Amino acid sequence: MDFWTLANAVTSGLLIGLVYGLSALGLSVIFGVIRIVNFAHGEIMVMGMFFALLMFRWLGLDPLLSVPLAAALLFAFGYVLQLFVVSRVSHLPEHMQFLLLAAIAIMIVSALLMIFGPDAQGVQVGYAWDSFAVGELLIDYPKMFAAIASVIVAALLLAFFKYTMTGKAIRACADNRTGAQVVGLNVGRLYALTFGVGAACLGAAGAIILLLFEVHPYLAPGYTLLAFVIVIIGGLGSLFGALVAGILIGVSEALAALLFQPSMKSAFSFALLIFVLLLRPQGLLGKAIR
Amino acid sequence: MIRPGDLVRPLSPAGVWLGALVLLVLLLLPYWGGSYVMTVATTVFYLALVGQSWNLMLGFAGLLSIGHALFVGIGAYTSAYLFTAIGLPPVIGVLPAIALAVLMGLLMGYLGFRFAIGGVYFALLTIAFAELVRIVIDHVSWLGATEGFFLQVSEADRHGIDLVNLRGAPEMYYYLIMALALGALVLCRYLLRSRLGYYWQAIRDDESAAEALGVDVLRYKMYAVAISSGMAGVAGVFYAFYQNSLFPEIVFNIERSIEATLGSIVGGVGTLFGPIFGTFILTPLGEIVTEAIDLLKHWHVIDPETKLDGLKLLVWSFIVVLIVLFKPNGLWPWVCEKLRLIRPGEER
Amino acid sequence: MTGAAPLLRIAGVSKSFRGLRALNDVSFDVAEREIAALIGPNGAGKTTLFNVIAGVFPPDSGTVRLGDADITGRRPDRICHAGIGRTFQLVKPFAQMTVLENVTVAALHGARGVAEARASARFFLELLELDTRAGQHAANLTLPDRKRLEVARALATGPRLLLLDEVMAGLRPSETDRMVATLRRLRDDTGLTILLIEHVMRAVMALSERIAVLHHGEKISEGTPDRIVRDPAVLECYLGDHEL
Repeated sequence: MDFWTLANAVTSGLLIGLVYGLSALGLSVIFGVIRIVNFAHGEIMVMGMFFALLMFRWLGLDPLLSVPLAAALLFAFGYVLQLFVVSRVSHLPEHMQFLLLAAIAIMIVSALLMIFGPDAQGVQVGYAWDSFAVGELLIDYPKMFAAIASVIVAALLLAFFKYTMTGKAIRACADNRTGAQVVGLNVGRLYALTFGVGAACLGAAGAIILLLFEVHPYLAPGYTLLAFVIVIIGGLGSLFGALVAGILIGVSEALAALLFQPSMKSAFSFALLIFVLLLRPQGLLGKAIR
Repeated sequence: MIRPGDLVRPLSPAGVWLGALVLLVLLLLPYWGGSYVMTVATTVFYLALVGQSWNLMLGFAGLLSIGHALFVGIGAYTSAYLFTAIGLPPVIGVLPAIALAVLMGLLMGYLGFRFAIGGVYFALLTIAFAELVRIVIDHVSWLGATEGFFLQVSEADRHGIDLVNLRGAPEMYYYLIMALALGALVLCRYLLRSRLGYYWQAIRDDESAAEALGVDVLRYKMYAVAISSGMAGVAGVFYAFYQNSLFPEIVFNIERSIEATLGSIVGGVGTLFGPIFGTFILTPLGEIVTEAIDLLKHWHVIDPETKLDGLKLLVWSFIVVLIVLFKPNGLWPWVCEKLRLIRPGEER
Repeated sequence: MTGAAPLLRIAGVSKSFRGLRALNDVSFDVAEREIAALIGPNGAGKTTLFNVIAGVFPPDSGTVRLGDADITGRRPDRICHAGIGRTFQLVKPFAQMTVLENVTVAALHGARGVAEARASARFFLELLELDTRAGQHAANLTLPDRKRLEVARALATGPRLLLLDEVMAGLRPSETDRMVATLRRLRDDTGLTILLIEHVMRAVMALSERIAVLHHGEKISEGTPDRIVRDPAVLECYLGDHEL
């Protein structure tokens, strides 16, 4: 195996890993603030993919242009879901919350299945097969655009949390819920906003990834698991960790596909997950719990 | 209020009569029902068995598994392979099937508990193991890989009773799985009233308090995982010889693992009858939905071309959402209270 | 100190959390059949010392001995088996089990079977005046009843040494007096040794034969109750914290 084959695989994995990272950000944001493990993660992301697919079919809109629309739509979805459903189980044990979201996940998959059918469907943009070369390194335009879009969205998200008042208020809630209530923050609304922001991330990631892969409803559980792998490796609640781990997983999957078999690539991720859970449950970049 | 553990108390006279009546109806079901009813009823008891095994872990010991398809699958593949490769009849093959499922459970449990992985993280560990094994079997050619693993069935096999080789009429499968599910119920009832049951519930409610009272938490959690995975392994053997075809994508699918949880959640996590009661509601309900859709299509109320494959799961999961939101203790405790099926009083 | 050999011997125990020194070289003995108390302002390290004794976490240095056995760093369940029963300051009932079942879990450790454990659990419920609550959900108990449940559970493990962490808090004065009488009778009848952390001075003075005072993780005084209340170091640490 020569250097350029390897370099191509690594580059491709890195670019896709950025999209994975963005998706994992959505999971991390929700967990970091609301302390809810969103088991409907991949399902919400696939909703974003299907939305971008419809936009492409109906309006001929490039998936990248659907990103803000998909983000807005799923923001609303997440906001409502948290405000009217998830918030009602905050007093229940953790496993009941988890099972509630698992049930919502199945509802979404079943509904998508009824609407769109089980077959894979994709979009064909004008630049789908275009690429440019750096030495012998071939970089596909779709992958590069997807990566750039992901970085932009992720940067916007981080800026939101760092610089806006709302973002700061949400961080205050995450640090100390009771304290946030004492100083008069409306925690219920901020939680809904947070879930909305997390879901918006997924909508954006879904629209972006449609540029690279075809969509079908059964894709969803796989994305959920992938995001868990990434977030656990990066450290639950660590936003930067999610991005780094996304790249790590993207590259390791690309290498696993190259060195072993493409179908073994997710086995590699799960093995990595088990490994990380056992050796460093708080994640590579997460803070130690105890 | 009735709480899950109360349901170990003796039944009231009304409960005894109702229970006897239900049992009688179920025993006589093959005389009335056709093959369709048999299929549904068999599925009910199969899911009740898997649900009971899942409930033992979460409801009794507080360990959330979203990977129960793994234990079922290991049981199924082990017995099916041994039957095909060396002609080992399933009545014996069930032993290595249980052994392997338990071994897998112990490995997973040991890794998880040893490194103090709790709650939802443990659930993720179970998912990761299930997915890993699915992908591995996808690549094992002597287990059929993605092409599937098949058991030979001749037309003659579909009649009579051969419990050694698990070949026979649909009624045999029905009575067998009913006996297994009820056996699991009796076993769980016994366990819940034993030292194990007390320790499990203590661990579930407060691990550090249990430890301070002398409970070896790691050991008793391992017992819970071992017994639960063994029960699921038995269900897997039944599955293999009832379905006669095994595909990793179907057997180990995370949807199977989630299906195993639905009945127990609807019936009531931590109750003894919850898993059976819940599947008795969900499975027929799913069938009714499917039938109703077919009828509506037949009468052209809805376009026959419409694809409504996902509707059954949609209805199931919607019910689960409602249950979690409004009756998080499940329906069985509520029904018991309303119908006074359980003798009041503090004694178990 | 009485002439008997110490049952519990804490020698030079130190424990830090993230650089914060919670216990600094604490040494302290409790004699067999003695009732001793550990007092000190909030954050003095009392509960940390209990947790070290009970095996929740190992000390950074120092040893804990029970009788002839070195139990330093053993797991909590092993320490329970060795003969130490403890209660939690923040009560930890098994919420979904009944009161009787709660105590049965504890009694199972010394019993051959569930029936025997339940019988012994009933005895301890009666002792702690919880017998009328036996069939209730532990989650539905009032705080004083939960405190009593903690004591009943700890006793049901059949300990030689009982560690009580603020079990009188929230009890009415008359209830406190009854609890004091119960504990004293237990000691007299069964030879139980008791080490208690307590803020309720009424109970500390009535019950304990010897008191150790912890402040900022160090033992600043030790002696009989009437000597402790006159110790200027003790008075200063309490007045400094505006307590007592």
